[in-house]
Order: sequence, then C-alpha cells, then structure tokens
Amino acid sequence: MNSQLEKIIKKYDSDKFRLMDILIDIQAEFGFISKEATHDVAKELNMAVVDVEQTLTFYHFFTQKSTGKNTVYLNDSAVACMMGREEIKKAFEEAAGCKFGENSADGLIGLYNTACIGMNDQEPAAIINGKVFTKLTPAVAQQIVSGLKAGKNVQDLYHQELGDGKNAAAEVKSMVRNNIRRRGQVILNDFTPGVALKTKLSSMQPKDVIDEVKKSNIRGRGGAGFPTGLKWDFCSRSTGEKRYVLCNADEGEPGTFKDRVLLTERPEMLFEGMAIGGYAVGADQGILYLRYEYKYLETYLEKVLEDARKDNRLGKNIGGVNGFDFDIRIQFGAGAYVCGEETALIESGEGKRGEPRDKPPFPVEKGYLNMPTVINNVETFCAVVKIIENGGNWYKQMGTEESSGTKLLSISGDCAQPGVYEIEWGMTISQMLEMVGASNVQAVQVSGPSGQIIGPKDFDRKICYGDLATGGSMIVVDKTRDMLKDIVLNFMEFFIEESCGSCTTCRIVPKLMKDRLVKILNGKGVMKDIADLEDWAKILPVSRCGLGQTAANPIATSIKNFRELYEAKVQKDVDYDCGFDMNKAVQASCAFVDRVPNAH
Amino acid sequence: MSKPIVATTSLAGCFGCHMSILDIDERILDLFDLVEFNKSPIDDIKTFTKQCDIGIIEGGCCNSENVHVLKEFRKNCKILISLGECAIMGGLPALRNGIPVEECIREAYLEGPTVTLNKEGILPNDDELPMILDKVYPCHEIVKIDYFLPGCPPRADLIWNALVALLTGNEMDLPYEVVKFD
Repeated sequence: MNSQLEKIIKKYDSDKFRLMDILIDIQAEFGFISKEATHDVAKELNMAVVDVEQTLTFYHFFTQKSTGKNTVYLNDSAVACMMGREEIKKAFEEAAGCKFGENSADGLIGLYNTACIGMNDQEPAAIINGKVFTKLTPAVAQQIVSGLKAGKNVQDLYHQELGDGKNAAAEVKSMVRNNIRRRGQVILNDFTPGVALKTKLSSMQPKDVIDEVKKSNIRGRGGAGFPTGLKWDFCSRSTGEKRYVLCNADEGEPGTFKDRVLLTERPEMLFEGMAIGGYAVGADQGILYLRYEYKYLETYLEKVLEDARKDNRLGKNIGGVNGFDFDIRIQFGAGAYVCGEETALIESGEGKRGEPRDKPPFPVEKGYLNMPTVINNVETFCAVVKIIENGGNWYKQMGTEESSGTKLLSISGDCAQPGVYEIEWGMTISQMLEMVGASNVQAVQVSGPSGQIIGPKDFDRKICYGDLATGGSMIVVDKTRDMLKDIVLNFMEFFIEESCGSCTTCRIVPKLMKDRLVKILNGKGVMKDIADLEDWAKILPVSRCGLGQTAANPIATSIKNFRELYEAKVQKDVDYDCGFDMNKAVQASCAFVDRVPNAH
Repeated sequence: MSKPIVATTSLAGCFGCHMSILDIDERILDLFDLVEFNKSPIDDIKTFTKQCDIGIIEGGCCNSENVHVLKEFRKNCKILISLGECAIMGGLPALRNGIPVEECIREAYLEGPTVTLNKEGILPNDDELPMILDKVYPCHEIVKIDYFLPGCPPRADLIWNALVALLTGNEMDLPYEVVKFD
C-alpha cells in the first residue's frame, strides 16, 4: 500500500465511521480516489469495496479521476447566473482550452460546476484549489488561469484585497466579505467569549439551562423551526451510553450564507453554544458538521477551538464546573445538499452516503452512532449563548408572539446592499426590500429553492413562523429577469442534481417536471402542461425528507403566484403538443448505421 | 345503433397485453356481440378500413414505424387507450433509455456475445427498415392518449371492465386487487 495512504488511514485509527475524513484526505493528497486506494481503504477498514464506493460516489467533491492539477469549481446557483456567470464560464473555458466538466489537455486546469457555495452576496464566485474567489470578471478569470498555468500559488492570484473582519486573519486570508449590514441585539451584537459558560452555568443545573431555553421560545434556526428547548429536553431524557451535540453547518440552501459569516465572526460563540448544549443534555462530545465549501476556514476554526481549550471554555471541568467536560471536533462534508437534512447529516458523519433516515426514531433518541443526539443550526447555538447570558425573558421580548428573538437573513440578488441582516421576527417583505435597497422588484424567493417565490401581492406578509417562516435565504428578483428560466429552471436542476435517489418520487418527478417546464419554455407547451405540473407537485410530499417534499416548490409556488408567466408561454389554440421531433429522435441511430433519415 | 368499432395494435411490446385481452376467456364471445373489430392482430386486418371508436395500444415507440402506426391510430380512432406498462411508461424496452443508442446497436449487431454470424459487421441500414429512435417513448409522448390501463400485463378483468364501462357509459369498476401489483 502507498505509504501516504497508510498514514491517512492510520490517522483515523482505521475507523469506518471516519470514512468521510479518510476520503477527504485521500482526495486532497492524490487529487482523486483511485480504484486501488478504494480497495485498500475497504481492506483496512474491514468494509466491502462497494460500501466504500457508495460513500465515494455520493459526494460531489470526491472524484474517481483527476480533476486537474488546479481545479476550478465555479458556482452555478441562480444568483451566480444572475450576476453574470455565463461570461465567466466562457472566459475560463477560453483560457483553459477545455469545457466545464473536463480537464485541459495538459492536465493543468480542471473546470467543474458546483452548487451554491454560500457566496450569493458576492457572486460570481468560485472555489479554486480550495480558495474562494468572489466577484469574478472575465478578465480576472483569464488572469487566474494564466497564473495557474504559469505555476503560481493560488493565493498570489487574488484579484481583491483580503476581506473584512476575520477574513483577513492569518489563518484565513480570504477575499470573502462578511457584508454584515445590520446588527441586532442578539447574535451580531457585542460578544465576550466565556461569559455564559463561566459566570452563569456554575449556578445552573442542566435542567435550568433547558428551562431557560424553553422560556425563550427559541425555535430552530435552520428552517424547520422545532422548539430548541423541547429538543434538548427530549434528548436529555433519552437513554444511551453517550450523548452527542451536533452542529449543522452544512448551509446548503442556495442563497443562504449567514452561517459562513457566523463561522467567521462568531465561532467562539458557536462553540460556547454547543458546550452549553452539551451541559444541558449531558453530552461530552460535540461535532461541527461543516460543509466542504467552507474548508478555507478550517485552520482558523481549529485555532479557535485550541484557544477555547486553553481558556477552559472547552475541555475538562469547563468554567470550573466540576464534571462538565466537553470538546468539539470538526467533521467535513464533501458536497451534498441533502446532508443539511439532520439524519442525512448523521449518516454522512458516520462515513456513509448522506441518505436521510426513516423517522421515528428521531435523533434525540437515536442519532449519531445511534446515541441520543441534539442537532441544531449554527445560528441556534449562537443565540442560546445570549439566552443564557441575558435570560429567556429578555430574549422573548424581541420578535413576535410565536416567533421570539432575532433572525439572520442572507439577502442576495437584485438589491443595492446584499449581505447579512439581523432582524427581529415580524418584519414585512416590503420593509425588508426597503432595507436592502431593492426596487423594481418582480419577486422574492423566500427560504431558497425549497421555500416559495412570492410576488408584490404578498409583500405585506411578515417574516415569522406564523406567516413566512424561513431559514434566512432571501433572493430578490427584479423585473428584468426571466423568472421561469433564470430562477425556476435553475432550482429544478439543482434539486435533480442533489436528490439522494432514495425515494422514487424525488428521484423521478422533479426530472419530469423540469422536462415539462423546458417544453413550455421552448414554446411547445399547452394549458394541460400547467395543470399536469400542478398535479405532479402534489405527489412529492410523500418523500422521506425535506428535499423531496419541497423539490417541486420552485414550479408549484411560481405557478401559484405567477401563473400569468406560464400562460403567456403556452399555445392557446392547441390542446395537445407532445413536442416530439422524429428527425431529432432518429438522428443518432441513423448516423451510426450510416443511413439518411427519411422521416416524414 | 351500429356496433362500436375497436382496433388494437402492439408496438414495442411483447404481445403479452394482447394475450391478456384473450384471457377474458369465453367473455370474448360477448365482446364480439358488443363490438366490431377493425385493424387488429386478433382478426389480422392490416390497415384501417374505416373510422374506429376505440383504439387499444400495447407497447411504446422504439422506432419510426411504431410512431407511424401510433399516429395512424390517433387519426382513425376517437378514443385511444394505452394498455399496459410499455405503452404507459416504455416498460422493459425503455431499460435502454439510459444507454446511448449507438451502444445498443453495437452490442446487438457487432459485439454482443451472441453475435456470431455477422462477420462483415453489417449494420441494418436499408431504407425499408424502421429507423431506431434515440430512446423508447411512452405513447402519450407521441400522441394524445385518452385512457391508461396499468399492468404488466393488465389483468383480463381490468380490460374487460374498462371496455364494458366505455361501451355502456357507466363508471368503471376498478377494485383495488385489479390495479395493485406488488
């Protein structure tokens, strides 16, 4: 066996539950994961080769052949396209001399697409050799490629100053901007690490912590909105030899990037929140499941963890509380939207394909390694720190009756000031649009592709759980956009790409719906197509997880709120048009057998 | 009133659905009392001789001839029924849809383990032969289909009930057992 490979496997004690880490390291070391490496890993981990392959082939950033000495992953999310991705793509292709999805002939450059990388407020953006490049222009793309061809270090090719705040820190050195536009009273307000841990917990029993969180009425900030205190309570009551606290930092919903900002500016707060969670439910280990796209923060986050250990905010007898032990490790994903679903995240954390589990049992009963597990979003853990510092009642005063506290919004698209805003729940969409400097607005995509696209008639609605619940992704679409093509089609392609394939509904229906949408966009649609799309959308909620259940939403909600856009594109005087083209259909076979098509 | 006229055909199918039609057993005599058959393998009438009321289609479309026949059916029948999995979704023949058609032809005529006689590597390209489509299409992606009867094959009772319902104008009797397959 290759000695490097052996070293990697040893580093993780040949533990099959750490397969993700092993594969990530192999990919990083060799540039791809060969058949031989796959076999060696299987042997050393005492696994079947197909089981290793299952994991390996599931994730976008694991590849079975080289992706070039230098690899460009260009974001292809809707907002990237709105901000001029097509031009950037052409510039990269021209400069590299190959198409996207290929390596250049000399193997120096590989060009690949990737789903939203959490930079919607500074698109077009790409990850190049692990470093994030934002606000790309065609000229910059060409410079980058020629620089890489000349063997320059990727960091020497930065076309912008380092970003603000911790983005400029020695451990990060990234051009990413935080774009924090509004600081609320909770998360983006002033923060001193350790206050909650060291001055509050010593006088609180775990149950008191849960009660305080319950009192605050905070609900999960990932999007589903499950009451956090209740979740912690359930977990603390479940039986198991060990408990775990997991933080969901997968942030895959296109259009959301607030967790990236928190991980950059508030990691101490996040880790403190996880430790408080550990104290409350009786867990001594935390895992931060971090999306691969944010790997550029790894060194920095490891340092923050190390500092926390030194400062007794992690480790043994934290804050002087006897027996309060807690530590955190970082688990990277490898590019899979579905891993934002908590049970898929757990599967992935255990080294498997990110396929959602059947529920129940819920993670609070059987989660990571089948032990009781709390999983919360980055923002939730951060908010909990302030709740413990200032009390549940303080927190509850903010927001609305059923949605207490503040919410971070990731706002992008057609607006003057895209970025992160900490608002109190209850703000209307109109107020939000004014806040971000958006005019001539056609629509707002609330909560990303899995949410809904709404028009001006709904702009008086409120951002809160009773009305427009959201994980924070807000994409503004102005009237110059071709919504069906620029937004809806892009989102459907996203869901098709990201489906784990487990449920037939999610694997097949979005593809059929996309094909029908394309037919409509090509002018071949009829009224019945719109009705079919509406009917088919109703099938999806039987899927196992949120991805499948919401995969029809881009089409379903745009038909609901913008039916006229569909009706304008379909043929009115025809009641059936299959769009079938015989000449096209026989082209390939006739060419192969050397025959002139004679269709009539 | 003259008897309704029925036509049937098998496109990219296995004739299993037609066998299932015959499986209505002695009721076929009742059927002949109720309807007149036109173009169909059952009576071996090769071309439409008059406008029909009901066209029953087995199989999807894998080549240009299938498409041609299906369009003829649409022209000549008031009501078209997709009968069985292949007509409705492409069925087994559609297993090739994930494979480029060139590869399928290569396997069938040049490289497959059972190819022993084609020493010269001849590929079928005579103008008289149907042209192979890039994939197998379900019937409703070629012409408008009015009704779908699922199954592989659909049970004789399902076919019988559907035809009787169509002919009498009554609601179709579709008990759960008739449409549940697993």
